[in-house]
Amino acid sequence: MFYDFALEHAWLIPLLPAMAFVVIGMITRSYGKLSAAIAVCMSFISFLLSSGVTYALVNYGISVEQPFVQQLNWMHIGGVNISMGVLIDPLTAMMLMVVSTVSLLVQIYSVGYMKGDKGYGRFFAFLSLFAASMLGLVLAVNFLQMYVFWELVGLCSYLLIGFYYYKVSAREAAKKAFMTTRVGDFGLLLGILLLQINFGTLDFMELREIIPAYISMAGTGMMTIIALLVFVGPIGKSGQFPLHVWLPDAMEGPTPVSALIHAATMVVAGVYLVGRAFFMFTELPCVMNVIAWVGGFTAFFAASIAFTQTAIKRILAYSTISQLGYMMLALGVGSLTASFFHLMTHAFFKALLFLCAGAVMHAMADEANIFKMGGLRKKMPITFATMTIGVLAIAGIPPFAGFFSKDEILLAAAQVSTPLYVLATLTAFMTAFYMARLLFVTFCADPADEESYEHAHEPSKFMLFPLIVLAALAVVSGLWGHLEGFGQWVRFGHPHEAGIDMTIAVSSTILSFIAFGIAWNIYVAKRWSSDTIAEKTGILYKLSYNKFYIDEIYEALIKVFVDGVAKVFYWIDIYIVDGVVNGLAHLVGGISWILSKAQNGQAQHYSGVFICGVVILVAYSLYYLAVLGGAL
Amino acid sequence: MTSFPLLSAVLLAPICAAVILCFVSPKAAQSVRVIAASAMTVALALTLYAFFNYDMTAGGMQFTESIPWIKDLGVHYALGVDGISLPMLLLTDLIGLAAVYSSWNITNRPKEFYILLMILIAGVTGTFIATDLFIFLLCYEVVVIPIYIMVIIWGSTKRVSKEYAGMKLTIYLLMGSAFMLVGVVALYLAVGDVVGFRTFDMQALAVAGQNGLLSEEFQIFAFLLLLLGFGSLLSMFPFHSWSPDGYAGAPTAVSMIHAGVLKKIGGYGLIRLGLLVLPLGARFWAPLIAGLAIINVMYAAYIALAQKDLKYVIGYSSVSHMGYVLLGFACLNVVSVSGAVANMVAHGVMSALFFSMIGFVYEKTHLRSVTELRGLAHQMPRVATGFMLAGMASLGLPGLIGFIPEFTIFVGSFSVYPVFAILAISGIIFTALYTLRVLAKVLFGPRDSKFDRYKDARGVEMMPLVILGIALVGFGIFPQALMGMVGSGTEQLMPLLDRIAEVPGFIGGIR
Repeated sequence: MFYDFALEHAWLIPLLPAMAFVVIGMITRSYGKLSAAIAVCMSFISFLLSSGVTYALVNYGISVEQPFVQQLNWMHIGGVNISMGVLIDPLTAMMLMVVSTVSLLVQIYSVGYMKGDKGYGRFFAFLSLFAASMLGLVLAVNFLQMYVFWELVGLCSYLLIGFYYYKVSAREAAKKAFMTTRVGDFGLLLGILLLQINFGTLDFMELREIIPAYISMAGTGMMTIIALLVFVGPIGKSGQFPLHVWLPDAMEGPTPVSALIHAATMVVAGVYLVGRAFFMFTELPCVMNVIAWVGGFTAFFAASIAFTQTAIKRILAYSTISQLGYMMLALGVGSLTASFFHLMTHAFFKALLFLCAGAVMHAMADEANIFKMGGLRKKMPITFATMTIGVLAIAGIPPFAGFFSKDEILLAAAQVSTPLYVLATLTAFMTAFYMARLLFVTFCADPADEESYEHAHEPSKFMLFPLIVLAALAVVSGLWGHLEGFGQWVRFGHPHEAGIDMTIAVSSTILSFIAFGIAWNIYVAKRWSSDTIAEKTGILYKLSYNKFYIDEIYEALIKVFVDGVAKVFYWIDIYIVDGVVNGLAHLVGGISWILSKAQNGQAQHYSGVFICGVVILVAYSLYYLAVLGGAL
Repeated sequence: MTSFPLLSAVLLAPICAAVILCFVSPKAAQSVRVIAASAMTVALALTLYAFFNYDMTAGGMQFTESIPWIKDLGVHYALGVDGISLPMLLLTDLIGLAAVYSSWNITNRPKEFYILLMILIAGVTGTFIATDLFIFLLCYEVVVIPIYIMVIIWGSTKRVSKEYAGMKLTIYLLMGSAFMLVGVVALYLAVGDVVGFRTFDMQALAVAGQNGLLSEEFQIFAFLLLLLGFGSLLSMFPFHSWSPDGYAGAPTAVSMIHAGVLKKIGGYGLIRLGLLVLPLGARFWAPLIAGLAIINVMYAAYIALAQKDLKYVIGYSSVSHMGYVLLGFACLNVVSVSGAVANMVAHGVMSALFFSMIGFVYEKTHLRSVTELRGLAHQMPRVATGFMLAGMASLGLPGLIGFIPEFTIFVGSFSVYPVFAILAISGIIFTALYTLRVLAKVLFGPRDSKFDRYKDARGVEMMPLVILGIALVGFGIFPQALMGMVGSGTEQLMPLLDRIAEVPGFIGGIR
């Protein structure tokens, strides 16, 4: 059967896009259409195989307790064994479906979006490499395999953010993304090393057995350190505070990249890692607390910045950070199901929102400022409809996808901590407001610029198709997950019963509608002036608009503690370390110069020295004789 | 095939080329290049044959040859390779061939250049395959002379003059070899006294040293001499300052060979002589080496951040990377020492690729400054790919050659020197920072029309990128190909390392 084949050959899922990367990179790079065809084909086969794997999983009842594992030794030396392989359980299957679906749709979208770009082939090569790395990450059997692909998705992110490499802003954004996540990876690598040293294995299945036993025996001290270090990786990768700064800048990349990598898939790798290592985190309540609060704070903090941004993709980027915070929060309060459920719905509706934003920018000659758009509702009805679905989904309006997943998170938070629940609800309200602002200003307000408004048009079929598919998913995926027992499969420990708490659901929905109303009054009906509000809030507005000056603070720190120290060390190296060397050389040189003076080939000098010598010798002999005589 | 003197052939290939080149007309530049390239191709092919036919389960010295040479002194012409030297030999021939292709466009006295290059490669090859200490030293001394001449004649003057650079390189090399020589002679005499006959055979010396025939005080003393010699060759702080200046002044091929393989003789010698013959000395000095290693990693990485000249960036970067090698060595366990050996190979390949690419750009534009070069990815996409590959390998990206060796060193060192290990690992951040900054400035950004007249690498010019790129990616995706070989050598050290770990009374090198 096909699904048996898919399960047995799950390693093909990342390998096929990897082959697409090699073939495009080596051979077909200059033939744009052929390259795109190869990339899309391989993605499609990957998608089919992923579906097969998921079907097999349901069919054979592969659960989180009894995953399907295949592995090969990759490297072994002196007792350190590292394998590569595939681990398939419901978490993996869900991620495979999300990644391969969004990846395929985004590649189809890119066929239209990237049309006419000089680097068309290169773009599809990088997208394929990304799909391969991300799928490899999802299938990881151990921490090191995850780290390997974790770094590779980081590389792809770097390459794709900097895709328009002639733009200085893109180049700098790419570098910043790589560096910021690298800081996180430093922590993650330390954590992985400590695991390897303490337990002699990095295998998820083995560690799942060992760690709870270890904790009950040796206490939580060491494990707390390890878990916190491991969590630093997700802070970087998933844009959590304080390492979130790279994600908004990453919007310099082409929009399909933002949709795929910086919204739907790569940035959730951190959430996935925490979920994958949940056996470790759940044993450590204080680490769970940290995760919950980092997530909760990030969710609120990013939403407060999204309030005042004007670039369409940046608003979405802060929204992504905020939603990732939500997922972390859910993990921190112990609900893996809620977190992964939101991960899935978010992947669909956020990819949708980004692709819509791409369509809008495409239509507006790459204008990014929403206040220079307006009125696009009439010009781009399909985009408007799909974007509206996306906004309703993220705002948590029933029956759209976000409603169910957000509700699960609020419920999980409410059961654990009231402050976190309040924070999350407040964030939900803010999310509804800024998303409504984005939608209303772009599509409903009066056109700001007549000329570009006239030129606006619906995108091509290649771009519309993914929008429609994603919109459909943004409508049904929440309800489907709710009804079909998502929590039966994707869970940690006991099966998770889906339930809607009416108080929470109704209150959050009402709040969202209120937020919509406020946004409508400000930006469409213009009953209240946004400028007046900005003036009245004064310092708060400024802080939010300038992203709390975090970038500036980091730049200042780097200037002093990195570049400043570098200059000092360089000075030391030239004037002290090398100074000693050159000093010694000069000393030797000086001595030899003096000595060489004695041998300048002039007879009168020689005779002069000779006479001096004779005089000294005679004088000394006389003195010696005198002393000798005295002694006698 | 068993009696075919494979290693002699590898050694003789460049020597024969040098001899033949002496009789080629200086005007026949093309024949000169082809002869050199053919010799190195033969050497590389033979080395690959040895690499794939080495019996890893048996381990030990294989493909051995031994002919008595100077009987009174106990000198043998003895060659052989094991899991530690074979990767170094492979590295030598890979980089040697790449260096030949990188020098393809030399117009100033190509004949003399290639003769010297062949002698240089032969010397380096000899040090790695010699199993007789005398041959080892002899080959090492052979290396010094061509380097000096090549820097003075074909070098370039930027921050420091090429004469200064050549002199600095040579003096450091000679100083190193002077210390080494004293150490080796002391060793030779001491072992001769206890075993009753004089020998330079490394195996015999190692047996003597490991069986406690050499007193601990002597081992500590002799190891210090070797450390000064090999350490300065490996650009160990504070004996590192020749490295950036030297590479900056040297022509491309010399930078490639020097950074790629020659300085690895330091690490190789520390293991082959220092650890195997003087285990107690190694144990005594290890904490100091570990401390200096961290200075290497951090200090040089910081300085690399402040550099403007590409060759200086890579020069300091190589000093920084050698810190990892030293740390791996100093931890004295199988995992970390394997990592050190593998990291020497990894760094060799990536730095050679870097220097080759820099050399290519410099040859065209006569620019090396980060502030003057920009946006080269527009005009030279292939060269840009080379830079990216080397840079990503340098910052330890998984899937390229640098990651697994570094990871292995980290695993091996963490339990021995946790604080040092953490500091060393934080080096991955700074390495990434200077690498990405340089790549960003040189390769990306707006198109600069002043570079439009320069063509991208093509044809023969692509060879260094292809040869080194294959090694970079191949060993990255299949790390076991390298680690298995290294492991077959280092795992034989296990009993020795276990034994010296048990020697009581040492706390951080202070008794």
